[in-house]
Amino acid sequence: MNGNFIWLAIGQIFDPTVAAYALATIGLVIHFGFTGLLNFGQAGFMAVGGYCFAITSVIYDWPLWGSFLAAIAGATVFALILGIPTLRLRADYLSIVTIAAAEIIRLSVKTPEFSEVTGGSEGINGAAKAFNAINPLPEGRFGIMGTPLVYNQDQWWIRIVGWGLVALACLLVFLLMRSPWGRVIMGIREDEDAVRSLGKNVFSYKIQALILGGVLGGLAGVVFILPRSLQPDNYGTQLTFFLYTIMLLGGAATVFGPVVGSIIFWVTLSLTDGLLSLGIEAGVLPLTTTQTGPIRFIIVGVALMLLVIFRPQGIFGKKKDLHFA
Amino acid sequence: MPEKTLVSDITDDVIVPGVKKKDPIVVAHAVSRRFGGLTAVDVAHLEIPRGSITALIGPNGAGKTTFFNLLTGFDKPNTGNWTFKGKSLAGVPAFKVSRMGMVRTFQLTKALSGMTVLENMRLGATKQGGENIFVSLFKPLWKAKEDEITERAMQLLAKFKLDTKKDDYASSLSGGQKKLLEMARALMSSPELVMLDEPMAGVNPALTQSLLGHIVNLKDEGMTVLFVEHDMHMVNTIADWVVVMAEGKVVAEGPPSTVMSDPAVIDAYLGAHHATDLGTIEGQLEVAEDMESDLVRSEVEHDAEAAGIAVPSHEPSPSTDAASTPVDGEEKK
Ligand SMILES: Nc1ncnc2c1ncn2[C@@H]1O[C@H](COP(=O)(O)OP(=O)(O)O)[C@@H](O)[C@H]1O
Ligand SMILES: [Mg+2]
Repeated sequence: MNGNFIWLAIGQIFDPTVAAYALATIGLVIHFGFTGLLNFGQAGFMAVGGYCFAITSVIYDWPLWGSFLAAIAGATVFALILGIPTLRLRADYLSIVTIAAAEIIRLSVKTPEFSEVTGGSEGINGAAKAFNAINPLPEGRFGIMGTPLVYNQDQWWIRIVGWGLVALACLLVFLLMRSPWGRVIMGIREDEDAVRSLGKNVFSYKIQALILGGVLGGLAGVVFILPRSLQPDNYGTQLTFFLYTIMLLGGAATVFGPVVGSIIFWVTLSLTDGLLSLGIEAGVLPLTTTQTGPIRFIIVGVALMLLVIFRPQGIFGKKKDLHFA
Repeated sequence: MPEKTLVSDITDDVIVPGVKKKDPIVVAHAVSRRFGGLTAVDVAHLEIPRGSITALIGPNGAGKTTFFNLLTGFDKPNTGNWTFKGKSLAGVPAFKVSRMGMVRTFQLTKALSGMTVLENMRLGATKQGGENIFVSLFKPLWKAKEDEITERAMQLLAKFKLDTKKDDYASSLSGGQKKLLEMARALMSSPELVMLDEPMAGVNPALTQSLLGHIVNLKDEGMTVLFVEHDMHMVNTIADWVVVMAEGKVVAEGPPSTVMSDPAVIDAYLGAHHATDLGTIEGQLEVAEDMESDLVRSEVEHDAEAAGIAVPSHEPSPSTDAASTPVDGEEKK
């Protein structure tokens, strides 16, 4: 019996996966929270970013910057394909198209016809090679002040870059949303006809927002695959709904909400996992270890329900940005 | 009583529906819009005189709002063309119409509730470079313009007595204040033609007088006003010219003093009351109320009194168009 699981939970605060989720949620906040675009395919944007990065770096040996650009370009094209036909129509068209498009991506990359490039249902391994090659950190394992949180140089490198990207994205959203551009965007969320009547090209703004949030989703896809292999089934609809959960936890129209939401989401999952295992080992809980996985998500669901009841605007949100009204 | 534009300054021709104006700012020709089997708008020819206040009236469902939507690019007609300042507007998207100087408000107010009054106003401004996504990142590039915009917004808000509410969310305003805000916001871009769809609907009577004053001021400042209204008192007080629509068509136009006694107009309003029993004096009274026409009303009332039927008081004459009258708190999101 040990308290190691607590350190595991604390480690989530630096975890690159948590950073990837935060980054993708920042994109979602631009879409849904600020612009009012119902994008139910953020997992698709992550997949596009991840695949563009992995394919160009592993299969075609592109330099690192080229692969990053490919991820950005891929997400941009994906946003244009989804946005141009739907953003002139009623709001629900985008949600239907995005949810379908994300599934199309996930199922297409798995088909044998494409597997030479996409790796089929195996996915792609080793996308981090070029990324780790430019790691400036010295080789070795480093801990944080004597705690059990010890990582090797590559683990540190992805943590620094991942959270650095999150910080940059937060800064970007902060700068945009205090500006006249942000004002137009938030006006569109409230009533796009009113904004149109004031001479703003609403369609163009919606496309810009969709691209911007989509590119953050694409970059999140890159951060997500760097510490692991690329698996197509990681990009199911469930991923998008986890991102929505994180967004609503933190507050839908906030700068730091996604960061805090993502950390809380993952720390909670990790803590409950540890506590449940502890309970099972001690014979207190009438469960098997295989049941702990689903139960963690039930607990997160209950937490979300409580949040919606007692703090519907999320942790950081303001009352006026209520999304459950 | 504000100074009215003389009829002889508006047109020299014989006054019939579609009459040529001396100096039209908008010319619409053969504009029609069908919804399924219903022809909502079918305007053969209409010219809006520049620099004056034109009222667009007609019974509920006459197609006034649809006509507004067509002119401003919010809806596309089945046929027709129209010009603004001599430039064709057919197929021009709504935001470009607005940029050309033709700004409209909506029958159901569209105050942006989740934004403050001042932010609503700033959004109405044009030529703010900071609305470009790349420029927006660098505050020094748009700060000076923003100060200029804020100053103009505060001037307008002061005029509309909303300056003390500048930091309040628009959702906290009353229905009438939202109408005022929407109008003030439309003026941020210094438009040439202001189109108001039922500016008085749902406005507290205490505010109507000041709203009337604001509309007359627009004309004094050189703007052209086209507004939809049900309140005949308001139309008589401030309009220089009245256009009457019924079942999508322009059935009459002319100065307010004569247009309400036009048989075509009386027909139009009577026609909207198929369900009313016009054989009874009560039925006729109802129509007279709806028309808000003193002429028709006094005639019917005279008959009613003779017949010993109680005549409803018509002291405050709010819009009778209850169905389309927004009430406070209509915009629950
Ligand atoms: N989007 C629409 N779809 C179907 N019918 C419509 C639509 N908009 C308006 N109409 C119909 O067109 C007619 C004119 O409506 P409207 O322009 O709102 O009248 P008004 O503003 O004069 O009261 C009405 O019969 C209305 O029901
Ligand atoms: Mg109407």
